[in-house]
Amino acid sequence: MRGGGASGLRRRVLPGFGLSLGLTLAWLSTIVLIPLLALVLRPLELGPAGIWASLAEPRVWAALRLSFLAALAAAALNLPIGLLAAWVLVRYRFPGRRLLDGMVDLPFALPTAVAGLALTALYAPNGWLGAPLAALGVKVAYTPLGVMLAMAFVGLPFVVRTVEPVLRDLPREAEEAAATLGAGRGQTFRRVILPALAPALLAGFTMAAARAIGEYGSVIFIAGNMPMVSEIAPLLIVVRLEQFDYAGAAAVGLAMLFLSFLLLLVLNLASRFWRPA
Amino acid sequence: MSVEILGLSRRFGEAQALRDVSLSIAARAFVALLGPSGSGKTTLLRILAGLDFADSGTVRIEGRDMAEVPARERGIGFVFQNYALFRHMTVFENVAFGLRVRPRRARPPEAEIGRRVRRLLEMVQIPELERRYPDQISGGQRQRVALARALAIEPPLLLLDEPFGALDAEVRKGLRRWLRELHAQLGITIVFVTHDQDEAMELADKVAVMQAGEVSQFDPPDVLLERPANAFVAGFLGHAARLPARFQGGTLRFEDPGLGTLPGAALAVAPRREGAALAFVRPHEWEVRCAGEGPGEGPGEGGRNAVIRASRPAGGRRHLEVDLAGLTIEIEVEGGAGYEPGRPCVIRPRTARAYS
Amino acid sequence: MRRPGGEPRVEVAAEAPWVRRLAILLAVLVLGLLLLLPLLAVATEALRRGWTPVVAAITDPDALAAIRLTLLIAAISVPVNTLGGLAAAWCIAKFDFPGRALLLALIELPFSVSPVISGLVWVLLFGAQGWLGPWLQERDIQIVFALPGLVLATIFVTFPFVARTLVPLMQEQGRSAEEAAATLGASGWQTFRRVTLPDIRWALLSGVLLCNARAMGEFGAVSVVSGHIRGETNTMPLHIEILYNEYQFVGAFAVAGLLALLALVTLAAKALLERSGDLARLRRPPA
Repeated sequence: MRGGGASGLRRRVLPGFGLSLGLTLAWLSTIVLIPLLALVLRPLELGPAGIWASLAEPRVWAALRLSFLAALAAAALNLPIGLLAAWVLVRYRFPGRRLLDGMVDLPFALPTAVAGLALTALYAPNGWLGAPLAALGVKVAYTPLGVMLAMAFVGLPFVVRTVEPVLRDLPREAEEAAATLGAGRGQTFRRVILPALAPALLAGFTMAAARAIGEYGSVIFIAGNMPMVSEIAPLLIVVRLEQFDYAGAAAVGLAMLFLSFLLLLVLNLASRFWRPA
Repeated sequence: MSVEILGLSRRFGEAQALRDVSLSIAARAFVALLGPSGSGKTTLLRILAGLDFADSGTVRIEGRDMAEVPARERGIGFVFQNYALFRHMTVFENVAFGLRVRPRRARPPEAEIGRRVRRLLEMVQIPELERRYPDQISGGQRQRVALARALAIEPPLLLLDEPFGALDAEVRKGLRRWLRELHAQLGITIVFVTHDQDEAMELADKVAVMQAGEVSQFDPPDVLLERPANAFVAGFLGHAARLPARFQGGTLRFEDPGLGTLPGAALAVAPRREGAALAFVRPHEWEVRCAGEGPGEGPGEGGRNAVIRASRPAGGRRHLEVDLAGLTIEIEVEGGAGYEPGRPCVIRPRTARAYS
Repeated sequence: MRRPGGEPRVEVAAEAPWVRRLAILLAVLVLGLLLLLPLLAVATEALRRGWTPVVAAITDPDALAAIRLTLLIAAISVPVNTLGGLAAAWCIAKFDFPGRALLLALIELPFSVSPVISGLVWVLLFGAQGWLGPWLQERDIQIVFALPGLVLATIFVTFPFVARTLVPLMQEQGRSAEEAAATLGASGWQTFRRVTLPDIRWALLSGVLLCNARAMGEFGAVSVVSGHIRGETNTMPLHIEILYNEYQFVGAFAVAGLLALLALVTLAAKALLERSGDLARLRRPPA
């Protein structure tokens, strides 16, 4: 029913509104809201000074910095790869296209522990890719580079799947018009296609980054987890929990949430700036 | 089944969809709700069906207050604008739905359901489609399925929301005729919403003209055209030139001096008050006299105040576009040749409907 | 509705053939390297010494216990989230009420929370030093480091899947079919079962499959609440980690292969559903 305000509680034609909303709210509160409330309230036991002290350790800073910087780098790496994949999948027909299309979702479906294990095996100094890279002097496994690589793996489908529908709906007439106006293919891509895809790229970047920041399973195997070097923030939470430092663990969790929120806010503002309408 | 609507109002946020609407629809009537988009006609129809609820006012059907009766208990047939067919059901199952969902006691046996569905499909002239799915048939056929589905519950009152809106002109015409016959044959009350005045005039025996949430006039088509209740109806129905005028001493004086005056007795509708008025003149209500030879009687009198801009034949008559000091007026005249473009003429209305 | 076949289009605005070929080659290469190679690595590592150790690793009592526990957790969490997702989709898609957008955003919240945090919140509530910890200990109720905690963490992580698949589809379908059913005299339950459900069944199945894949594969959240008790609170992903840390690589990769297989089956089923079912309609422009 349309109309809010005073008439918001008026009768409804279709049945089951009260039941379904009640179920939803009960489900949402018990599973998500109350537990997250615990996360927000728990660090308060420490008091502001206590929270600060708990977070001000260099090890915490290093972990948070690694999680966020690696996530941003991974999302940035995903932009060209994701755009290429989306472009090829939408615009071209070739044998094996459907297989490629299905493969893109693999990181969504593959359990993170499996991905972590597999990436480690590949990029370890004796792995298929690790060995040749080591010969070139590039060390991937057990370094921040490995962390970023694992994050790129889990984030890639977000970019592809947000760009794909926009690219599919892009009117070909615009490109044809550009061609009739004398634009070369490269110019058309830069001036007509890319600007139209920019909001979707940014959205995909945001989602990939958000996912990567919190990623745990695929990262910890390849990271090596050296404090101050390749230890990610979620692992620090686990470490603190193992030391029964609940409030400290919650403080790190809260800091992660807060920083993620800040990042999302900035990226959303950026997307609004991009599309003033 | 008679329908009594009293003081119905409905507001959606800031927008007043219905404003104190009252209508009395007789049993077995065929009524059109006609108006521009946003005039509230669909809202009114949905309230009748129990798919929406008024903020105030009452609906009585066959004398019974409908306020507490939910849609599923009203037994009113409703045909949706986009048909709202169940996509995953065959045509047969769509039509049978209303019978199958009845409580066990009232549910007809399977053989009876089959008989009734086939009879309905026969009636809407698509018996061969019963095994098809909605996305395998044409728009006109879907319309018929939607009708058959609504009729399956044998509703004494059938409501249709823009029933022919999505169909092309040819199909529309056929379906209109067929719906009129259906009405005569079934003897039920039908109320339908449309924004197409030809459709309303052709089908309905009474038309409610709606504007901005209010019913401007509720009358048979002849009366609507002959004696529009207000300036909106006069301008909305049929073609008419809109001319500023003054009503004084029982005489209508057009602001444009060349058009002269009309005595009160010549007016189809006279203004209620003296003073400024708006006059409507239909294309066939003009007198045209042109200079030189040809139709009309010799040279025009009273000045050359108009020029023919365009002229085309229209079934034994002639349709003119006449420029009157910058105002384009559509005129229909008897006879054929002699009204070539560029010719100066004198025009004056024979009658008018004027509103203060 | 048959849409007229697209006119053959002369590709005025297209890349040169060599650009095309290069782009396809590059995409296949990069995606293959990044996505497919890891999968091959799992298979190779697992089969390094033939099938015998693989079978042994999977039929090991601890592994079997992990498989059983994983199945049990999924069997509890997936139905709960299916029911909740259906209820949420019904009220969000079929009714207007203030706060609808907020509700949808809250439902999607678990997607943007780190899995570790998804486990942490339950420890904060029910752990030994959690809010309810002492109260539970007095009554000898174990939630964290036991099945209830594992289930709760899994439900949290897989919470949005079903609702998120259904809401856009049901919003696109609108309400008129349900309204039509109401005018024809159908009750609420009849409307849901005969009109709504058949129209969303493939999407629902797809959402359930994804939910299930994640429920069985979840690592971070269950890792925090598990306590890693072998044969008792170890799920398959956790079992992989233990084996790996104990340098039993073949065993770790064997169990990982099993989970990878589950992922591949899920993906194949999802692709199949999207091509044939109601989700295909959502992807196609409405005729």
